[in-house]
Amino acid sequence: MKVLVPVKRVIDYNVKVRVKADGSGVDLANVKMSMNPFDEIAVEEAIRLKEAGKAEEVVVVSIGVKQAQETLRTALAMGADRAILINAADDVHQDIEPLAVAKLLKAVVDEEQPQLVIAGKQSIDNDMNATGQMLAALLGWGQATFASEVEIDGGAATVTREVDGGLQTIKVNLPAIITADLRLNEPRYASLPNIMKAKKKPLEEKTAADYGVDVSPRLEIVKTGEPAERAAGIKVGSVDELIAKLKEAGAV
Amino acid sequence: MAVLLIAEVANGALAVDATAKALTAAKALGDVTVLCAGASCGGAAEEAAKLDGVSKVLCADDAAYGNGLAEPVADLVVSLAGGFSHIVAPSTAFAKNVAPRVAALLDVMVLSDVTAVVDADTFERPIYAGNAIQTVKSSDATKVLTVRTSTFDAAGEGGSAAVEAAAAAGNPGLSEWVEDKVAESDRPELTSAGIVVSGGRGVGSEESFELIEKLADKLGGAVGASRAAVDSGYAPNDLQVGQTGKVVAPDLYIAAGISGAIQHLAGMKDSKIIVAINKDEEAPIFQVADFGLVADLFDAVPELTEKLG
Ligand SMILES: Cc1cc2nc3c(=O)[nH]c(=O)nc-3n(C[C@H](O)[C@H](O)[C@H](O)COP(=O)(O)OP(=O)(O)OC[C@H]3O[C@@H](n4cnc5c(N)ncnc54)[C@H](O)[C@@H]3O)c2cc1C
Ligand SMILES: Nc1ncnc2c1ncn2[C@@H]1O[C@H](COP(=O)(O)O)[C@@H](O)[C@H]1O
Repeated sequence: MKVLVPVKRVIDYNVKVRVKADGSGVDLANVKMSMNPFDEIAVEEAIRLKEAGKAEEVVVVSIGVKQAQETLRTALAMGADRAILINAADDVHQDIEPLAVAKLLKAVVDEEQPQLVIAGKQSIDNDMNATGQMLAALLGWGQATFASEVEIDGGAATVTREVDGGLQTIKVNLPAIITADLRLNEPRYASLPNIMKAKKKPLEEKTAADYGVDVSPRLEIVKTGEPAERAAGIKVGSVDELIAKLKEAGAV
Repeated sequence: MAVLLIAEVANGALAVDATAKALTAAKALGDVTVLCAGASCGGAAEEAAKLDGVSKVLCADDAAYGNGLAEPVADLVVSLAGGFSHIVAPSTAFAKNVAPRVAALLDVMVLSDVTAVVDADTFERPIYAGNAIQTVKSSDATKVLTVRTSTFDAAGEGGSAAVEAAAAAGNPGLSEWVEDKVAESDRPELTSAGIVVSGGRGVGSEESFELIEKLADKLGGAVGASRAAVDSGYAPNDLQVGQTGKVVAPDLYIAAGISGAIQHLAGMKDSKIIVAINKDEEAPIFQVADFGLVADLFDAVPELTEKLG
């Protein structure tokens, strides 16, 4: 079985985000970028399937600017076999919407014929939580989102999902899309020798036009602003003082 | 304009709070038809019909909809979508699973976690864990959106909409339900509670998480947790508050032993009053706290529990 993992290059989760003064977006120039944390988990899961003998090949795909090469190299260094970069933007500030990403991924799936796609649950930049579900829709495949446990067994995956009330387990026929939640696994760090080896692994470059997919956005960004600031609070010296303050504020 | 609101139905019952909050957003967009889908959702449909501002309720009763599986529910919504300008749902795990699938089947983008309706085409939504708020204008024929319930007030009761049966749309049989592990609790629900008490890694163990629970019970509040507390097994996953957990905005949020990472703040910084109890006076949580107490939570939390009420 072949496993396809879409990985997105996003602002590093530790970086303090700055909104650009002109309201056009978030400043991404000269900012540390990394693989979307959920995608690291997805890559890890795919590699574990390979190590367990349940998958033969792990292919990673990234859509965006050419710098996403680095993200793909990271995935290769973790243990993915092969990478595909789809150049779809020149400006690092241009985000490709989940619908367009899903259409491109569908085209890749049509070519590569994987039995399983493991995506991240959500990108930490646009916080859409949409691409996996959209890809499943376009392919007419089943979906198991927000996965915290995956078991592949013959023609199906049994997936435990993190839902509002607790956990839900479903069985989804392969081929299918799984999206990885935080507790699915703990991704490995790439070792130095593997980072070196990854430089020689195949990385194919394509463009969105190669797949005939229009990536123009459906959502026009009117404005990007700062969230409302909270007024500065105070420190209290004791539990008694805290209770007095809470009573004064009518909170208890 | 006509809006189809996908109700949150769990085990045949209407999740009133989530549905009523999404209804407030939906009403701003047009005439609202509510869809209840379930294995037996007559009761939920009757409940939905009572909400103020609902014109009609569609009740799709079919075993295929009993467990909220995305594929049959999305097919159902798409089969009913004609004539609606907007399809709206509360941002629950169920709707986040279904709405993007519906949107892709309609060849439109999804608007996730909408926090404000500007006009029929224009919406605000938080990005980057709430560190920026984006206003976007959709050019799609049908707008599919999930709304962040913590930012909308619940619509009241007083409606008396007609309930109609909706034809089931079949089950593609791509997935099947195996089991639910639902935590039973007598406490208020996290996303609708007026008071939330959350514990973090500082709580140290599953046993000491009881300190957090006792304070919550004393206040009649819900219990929350940071990701670190959930990852460490101190609290179940459904209590996680944050960017990828639940988003809450209670009147009072008490964070004990939580450092205040942006991913946690994303889920609670719109609370009315925030209290932080942390032994590290430099902890970032103090930057958003109205009242900060630099103290060991093992002393402060029991003392607070004892002295309150
Ligand atoms: C993609 C992604 C998504 C994430 N999503 C979420 C999310 O949804 N929700 C979330 O919470 N996190 C999320 N995180 C994790 C987040 O970055 C932090 O790691 C996490 O919030 C830290 O939890 P914590 O504050 O409990 O632990 P820590 O950061 O370890 O803080 C523990 C705090 O407890 C204090 N403490 C220790 N002992 C005591 C004591 N005896 N008395 C008082 N104080 C004490 C310490 O001073 C410290 O400030 C996410 C991370 C990533 C990468
Ligand atoms: N530009 C992209 N390139 C590759 N994968 C992506 C891209 N955008 C989204 N994805 C995948 O889809 C998941 C969910 O993203 P989103 O729908 O944007 O929240 C991510 O975790 C990735 O696995």
